[in-house]
Amino acid sequence: MFILARVILAIPMVFILLTVVFLLMRVAPGDPVSAALGARLSAGQLAQRRAAAGFDRPLIVQYGDYLGGVVTGNFGRTITDNRSITQVLVDNGGATLTLTVAALLVALIIGLPLGMWAARRRDKWDDVVIRLFGIATFAAPVFFVGLLLQLLFGKTLDWLPTSGAASPIVAPTVPEKTHILILDAALSGDWSAFDDVFRHLILPAVSLGLLVTGVLIRLSRVNVIQTLRSDYVEAARARGIREGAVVLRHALRNAMVPVITVTGLQVALLLGGAVLTEQTFNWPGVGNQLVGYLNSRDYTAVQGIITVFALVVVVVSLLIDIINALVDPRIRY
Amino acid sequence: MSAIPAAEATPTPTGPAPSSAARPGRRFAALRSARGVPRALLLTGSGITLFFVLLAVFAPLIAPYGFDQYSANGQRFAKLAGPSAHHWFGTTVQSVDVLSRVVFGARTALEVVVLAVVFSIIIGVPLGLLSGYFGGLLDRILVLVMDALFAFPYLLLAIVIAFLLSDVVIGGGVVTTALAITVIYVPQYFRVVRASTLSAREATYVEAARAMGAPARTVISKYLFVNVVHSVPVIATLNAADAILTLAGLGFLGYGIQPTEAAEWGYDLQRAIADAGAGIWWTALYPGLAITVLVIALTLVGEGLNEVVNPSLRRARTRPVRLPARPGRGRGAQ
Repeated sequence: MFILARVILAIPMVFILLTVVFLLMRVAPGDPVSAALGARLSAGQLAQRRAAAGFDRPLIVQYGDYLGGVVTGNFGRTITDNRSITQVLVDNGGATLTLTVAALLVALIIGLPLGMWAARRRDKWDDVVIRLFGIATFAAPVFFVGLLLQLLFGKTLDWLPTSGAASPIVAPTVPEKTHILILDAALSGDWSAFDDVFRHLILPAVSLGLLVTGVLIRLSRVNVIQTLRSDYVEAARARGIREGAVVLRHALRNAMVPVITVTGLQVALLLGGAVLTEQTFNWPGVGNQLVGYLNSRDYTAVQGIITVFALVVVVVSLLIDIINALVDPRIRY
Repeated sequence: MSAIPAAEATPTPTGPAPSSAARPGRRFAALRSARGVPRALLLTGSGITLFFVLLAVFAPLIAPYGFDQYSANGQRFAKLAGPSAHHWFGTTVQSVDVLSRVVFGARTALEVVVLAVVFSIIIGVPLGLLSGYFGGLLDRILVLVMDALFAFPYLLLAIVIAFLLSDVVIGGGVVTTALAITVIYVPQYFRVVRASTLSAREATYVEAARAMGAPARTVISKYLFVNVVHSVPVIATLNAADAILTLAGLGFLGYGIQPTEAAEWGYDLQRAIADAGAGIWWTALYPGLAITVLVIALTLVGEGLNEVVNPSLRRARTRPVRLPARPGRGRGAQ
């Protein structure tokens, strides 16, 4: 019941998101075709392209068309290079997925332990240091962190590559199976290729991961502090259980539920950060494509990509709610 | 949306709102009583923020050169020169003094952030009040729209709006960028103000006012407003921190302030990517540090205010009761 209600509640949200996207992209005077290609084609050719893409129809029809397309998984075609958005996702989605998942892992590995430690040592010096670190990682723009990492590990130490997802000589040797380069490299069994791809991933993933680390530190700290104050922790202490065990077994477990939830809700932050990270590291992801299409005034491409991003955010938060409801019966009622 | 307000500011909205707590005098009293680490962080943050405000206000007096000046006394500055006595922070590929750009960047940041925060308060607070007080269809629609905006990947929203505004409507510039940032933050003020309005609406003093025949306008402006705005300073400070980052992100992608109009840190960092490839660090380090330090300072202020305003995060001021010593721990009951 809960799950069904939650899914139904998400529908108006998606509808409004789509409407906002559509209206945003169409407040621009003129039509997408002349915006993108106006300087390059004659008036006759433009009219032909407009008619072919359906931009000569009334706006309300185009709107219905757009909604219908989204429902059937058709997000439109780009104007400048006539790819379908689905093709853009197939070509570049893997890189963005790899980057965001790796960043999330980096954030979890660094953020959770630091946050817990800070909570245990509340207002001691190490708590202050960790909190400042958390604030700093969130405060530093992801592209600034990326540039510093490039300067340090790319230039000064010369350990890691700073641009792209693989070396130019390696990339074509990896057979395409999943469209996720690092998986393909692993599947090909070519360990030097995998090593190359992996090394390219490190700096972008750490840059983006640090952004979320700050959030994780704050979250896990606040939540562990709150659970440490609760009655059941007090009761556990009163039973004479060692402090370490109290923190790990009683406080931590209960603190993790909100932490995981909010981590999942960082998708919006991650996707925004991914656009910036991809620009910094010339990473061949969807964000990079988006910026390219923005620069070439390709409104339908921008509309399609933004739609997909918005849908991803809604679907992920929906999934998290459902998982939470399955795990914690208190939410269901 | 931003992670920081989402993480920490969420407990605030429904906080208790006795009418006197909204008065600034009481808040400062609470501020004075904050002690230890929170107080130190709050003071440090305020100090640094003040420093940047001074930089911004007196930029022409402080900066050694103009933000787009590449020569002095008829002589062109060296290109990409490292830090020296003439150019403390070095020069860029266009021979512009990095220190001057950093100083003038503070001015741009201040202008955009102040505008954006003012715009979002002007739009968000009244909408939240109306929506919360009247409820009904208007409320439902507003909540849905705001939630949708809130769920949107916020940087993308700002990019698209800045792009459209500068492309077709009013041209790029400080106001355009501020408007793009405003759209992201309005939902936050709306939600918080609406939530406090909902709870304050049922309070006895509002009921009394209504019973005496006060029209809705009076109830909202005289009774609800004062009791609801107390959470705004915290969000405003945290939003200001976030707005600096969004501004820099927009500038980095090329949709913020145009380089001929003003100095902008994000734009400088975008130009620094090429320099980093050649091992040149000063064009990246200083603008980046400026952003980072200012955002940290504003976050400290926001967090400090939050701890002062929000009693649930404040530590009990009574001394902890020491339980009889048990081996291996020092924490007593609070």
